[in-house]
Amino acid sequence: MKRWLAALALGLSLVGVAQAAIDTYEFANEAERERFRELTLELRCPKCQNQDIADSNAPIAADLRKEIFRMLGEGKSNEQIVDFMVDRYGEFVRYKPAVTARTWLLWFGPAAALGTGFLVMVVIGVRRRKTVAGPDTTLSGDEQARLDALLSAEQNPNSVPADKLSQ
Amino acid sequence: MKRALLLLPLAVFLVGAVFLYRGLFLDPSELPSALIGKPVPEFSLPAVEGHKTLTRADLLGKPALLNVWATWCISCRVEHPVLNKLAQQGVRVYGVNYKDENAAALKWLKEFHNPYQLNINDAEGSLGLNLGVYGAPETFLIDSKGIIRHKFVGVIDEVVWREQLAGLYQALVDEAAQ
Repeated sequence: MKRWLAALALGLSLVGVAQAAIDTYEFANEAERERFRELTLELRCPKCQNQDIADSNAPIAADLRKEIFRMLGEGKSNEQIVDFMVDRYGEFVRYKPAVTARTWLLWFGPAAALGTGFLVMVVIGVRRRKTVAGPDTTLSGDEQARLDALLSAEQNPNSVPADKLSQ
Repeated sequence: MKRALLLLPLAVFLVGAVFLYRGLFLDPSELPSALIGKPVPEFSLPAVEGHKTLTRADLLGKPALLNVWATWCISCRVEHPVLNKLAQQGVRVYGVNYKDENAAALKWLKEFHNPYQLNINDAEGSLGLNLGVYGAPETFLIDSKGIIRHKFVGVIDEVVWREQLAGLYQALVDEAAQ
């Protein structure tokens, strides 16, 4: 019982922490609220680097949320707002970096690695199947001669002892 | 050929290991400034001392340090004596008093000595935002034309100055003298 009470108290005390990053903004409409949510989730807090600015309690994140709210009110597009942030804080603030020559590896690297791995597997598989299905059946002149000798030996078992064939 | 192919996974692993090893010594809190090579943003803000309004034009003419500071910033207190010393040596230091109470700022300057040639009162943090400031102290190296040439995040101490900034500052001074 005591343990449950402690857990409850701890839980309740964390509620305040979880809600600390919620500011009260009055949005003109639901679409704007949705865009605000989207943008703050997509932009990274420069100070606390593994949080987006929606999630962060850092003063700078609050400032940036305020700035996004202001720009939404001014009717700026999402792109303009993201550009505004990138101009000041660098490409770093985007959780979804733009596709440029510098970010190709980031965007397509994992897919390329997966593709390469798949390709290697296919190649190995095909090769293995080839060895199982069709071993080399052509004989050199020497082998052909031995085979002939063996076959003839089988037909007249007494003419050549088998152990002499193995050389 | 086949032999060489067998070494491929090892090669891939080694390349990966080198990158990861380097990653151990990178400081992720150090962000390259997006503003390097760009002019200091336009602003029109009151001075900390007196009633003058300061603009970008006031920063032009000579290379300088543009130091973002605040009285609530604990590490700024550590940095302050170093700035005093630099100012004494003739380095131009401009201040941006970032999101601060002006009265507290005045008291600070009186108590700890004032190294700043001029001090911009950025109470709302608007200039700070345009400068891409995300904490204090941050220091920008600006040239005589007001272009940001370098940014240093964190406390400037004697070692940082000697090893990182002094050379850059001197280069800007030389450039301006030409």
